[in-house]
Amino acid sequence: MIINGKDMNFKSEITISKLLKELNLSTEKVVVEVNLKIIPKENYECHKLYERDNIEVVSFVGGG
Amino acid sequence: MDNYNNDYITEKLENAKVGIAGLGGLGSNVAVSLARMGIGSLVLVDFDKVDKSNLNRQQYFLRHIGMYKTEALKEVLYDINSEINLESKNVYIHEENIEELFGDVDIIVEAFDKAESKAILVNTVLFKMAHKPIVASSGMAGYFSSNSIQTRKVRENFYLAGDEFSDIDLGYKPLAPRVNIVANHQANMVLRLILGEKEV
Repeated sequence: MIINGKDMNFKSEITISKLLKELNLSTEKVVVEVNLKIIPKENYECHKLYERDNIEVVSFVGGG
Repeated sequence: MDNYNNDYITEKLENAKVGIAGLGGLGSNVAVSLARMGIGSLVLVDFDKVDKSNLNRQQYFLRHIGMYKTEALKEVLYDINSEINLESKNVYIHEENIEELFGDVDIIVEAFDKAESKAILVNTVLFKMAHKPIVASSGMAGYFSSNSIQTRKVRENFYLAGDEFSDIDLGYKPLAPRVNIVANHQANMVLRLILGEKEV
């Protein structure tokens, strides 16, 4: 699957929650887009990702 | 762009209404820049009061300590432009009141300090108010190179300014120069959107 423009090897059917854990990112600090669709946080646990998916993750850092 | 005359810019700005979520180092500086350019209307939202520790980067003065940021900022903005139309709301922004607070603005500026709050606002706007542009921010602490700060268009209606790295939770302090640089990246993106420029 493509994550932030890079081809990355994750098992098909990995959930967004698991992917974020693998990437060391907090579910509370991200915006996740799959194939141009914004996925609401409550779906991270159940939304499965596949090899053909194009995923964008924006992970916010604190400060302002 | 070079063909835009001043009347065109002035008119577009006068007719624009921008919502600012969070009136700290980012929000107060974005508001001041927009006011100086002659923005017509601002919706200012923050629940907090001015603290002495804010004065290292936020557009407040010693006399404002203890005042609500909404009230203090209105005073500053009216001193710049007495014609500006200001609405302010002293509330904590959460998932359920975002649509109500910012339903009638043209553009939303995300200007929070906590990463979690940034994510809640941006997710809610992108999901529930998909046609409304949001100009968000991430990463401006410390004294890293000014040139590490950029604006990028993440997707339709979602712009992000910052270095996306310098997390205050990593121990970096927010300091006036880079906070202001990001705030004005946001202000310029807002100006570009008001003038019909959709790319960064």
